[in-house]
Amino acid sequence: MDLNQLTIEELHGQLIEKKIKPSEILDSVYRRIEAVDPKVKAYLMLTKELAYSQAKKAEERLAKNDNVTELTGIPIGIKDNMCLDGYETTCAAQMLKGYKPPYTATALLNLEKAGAVFTGKLNMDEYAFGSSTENSSFQTTHNPYDLTRVPGGSSGGSAAAVASDMCIAALGSDTGGSIKQPASLCNVTGLRPTYGRVSRYGLIAFGSSLDQIGPITKSVRDNAILLKYLAGIDAKDSTSAPVGVPDYAKNIRPDIRGMKIGLPKEYFIDGMDAQVKSKIIDAVKLLESSGATVKEISLPYTEYALDVYYVVAPAEASSNLARFDGVQYGLRDTKADNMIDMYKRSRSAGFGKETKRRIMLGTYVLSSGYYDAYYKKAQKVRTLIKQDFDRAFAEVDVILTPTSPTTAFKIGEKSSDPLTMYLSDIFTIAPNMAGMPGMSVPAGFDSSGLPIGMQVLSAPFNEQMIFDMADFYQKKTNWHTIKPKF
Amino acid sequence: MAITRKDVEYIANLSRLEISESEVDEYTKQLSDILEHINRLSKINTDNVEPTYFVIDMKNVTREDKVEPSIDRKKVFDAAPSIENNGFKVPKII
Repeated sequence: MDLNQLTIEELHGQLIEKKIKPSEILDSVYRRIEAVDPKVKAYLMLTKELAYSQAKKAEERLAKNDNVTELTGIPIGIKDNMCLDGYETTCAAQMLKGYKPPYTATALLNLEKAGAVFTGKLNMDEYAFGSSTENSSFQTTHNPYDLTRVPGGSSGGSAAAVASDMCIAALGSDTGGSIKQPASLCNVTGLRPTYGRVSRYGLIAFGSSLDQIGPITKSVRDNAILLKYLAGIDAKDSTSAPVGVPDYAKNIRPDIRGMKIGLPKEYFIDGMDAQVKSKIIDAVKLLESSGATVKEISLPYTEYALDVYYVVAPAEASSNLARFDGVQYGLRDTKADNMIDMYKRSRSAGFGKETKRRIMLGTYVLSSGYYDAYYKKAQKVRTLIKQDFDRAFAEVDVILTPTSPTTAFKIGEKSSDPLTMYLSDIFTIAPNMAGMPGMSVPAGFDSSGLPIGMQVLSAPFNEQMIFDMADFYQKKTNWHTIKPKF
Repeated sequence: MAITRKDVEYIANLSRLEISESEVDEYTKQLSDILEHINRLSKINTDNVEPTYFVIDMKNVTREDKVEPSIDRKKVFDAAPSIENNGFKVPKII
């Protein structure tokens, strides 16, 4: 097996035994990118020079056995909405083409400190608005399991790159399902941590009460390793939570006897893809026969989560995107002769269709006369959604659902109808609105060979339960090891 | 509640966006569809329910008032479309 196909855990073992060098891993990753990225189109930019200098530093650390971590020498891809000092960071938006931020996101600094190597910047929907990566201003990423289909989104580049071994792991970000849904569609393991678990400093903001950075990996154990280095309080993000970070991977339980699983009846509805439903039921049966108890629960306000999300997230986005005004950075129209026209012309030229749609929707629900009817009403229903989950987690340890109601859809299939596209996130949005962490873990394939993902949710700051349940599932199944064929 | 072309033009202006005539039509239809979906929220009884603007129980995070190094000014200006005399240069405001 080539080095690029291995997991963090496997590579770390070989690195500390001095069987391989970080530069050799990197060579094999870049060879793979050269071979398959022309078809997948996951990367927007490669950071080769930086990566080889980081690999060299990692090699020195390993040679001296100085401050070696599980991430030392491991090549990691980065979603292009995380600032990396001096390297183009575009959010896949025309507005930020050529923009080189003057600082680095805390999550990336944490990985750099641990000795990780950054392979490059990965494609996404512009500003993370989308569920297919088709809203990128620069290119559409293709699903490695079927190149005519979408990889999901918005972290579609990250999920596709991990699935096709073009990096060992990647970072994504998740607002309404942007890590979990593409992980599901690309057969990889993606975690959206609890809101506040990972610093958002340097993550270009979409919905500030929802955004979280999280790991996309080839296994649950790799995911647990990566989260340990990403997580923690950051003085530069006042919403990062003062909650200690355990050694998740080390603490993973060897079995799941006695763990309580909740199955919400609202997530197993008529009309959903029968093959998706049956694979999730299979997974639940497997876990039940291994000693977990299963209980039907109800999350009645889930039905309204999408509506709440499409008020709150665009409202926050319209406020956050006010910063793109052509003054301090980004695209500037040079023909306007007054300030207001400069704003309008710069923003109209720099933003894509979906971005404009969300800004206008957000502006509308916040505008005078509609604020109480839409924005405040939605935040009250959000309370009811959160109470559903709080009640459920008083009785169960984890909740299992499908991640996405369907497998990967065709490129172009949903791009003309925003509402249908929004429904792709119907199972991920409710827990996100409530601040719950959640993972998508590979749970099989449909009859066309397209991946199906299972969503594993836990109470806030209880990611350990997710890792316990999902790692046990991966020990009993091999779905996550089935690679795409090109 | 359907929104009108006039609403869309008004919101576009508030959002500092210029949109073409055909885009006004397109957005009027799409935003109306989305808002129609969202209007289901009005049926839910939320009497005595407090809004959740923020999901974790934290407020007023403060730090010691101590000067620390910040981002280098030159690096910030390097990303700016137009600068003059240590400032961002913009067109006429009034």
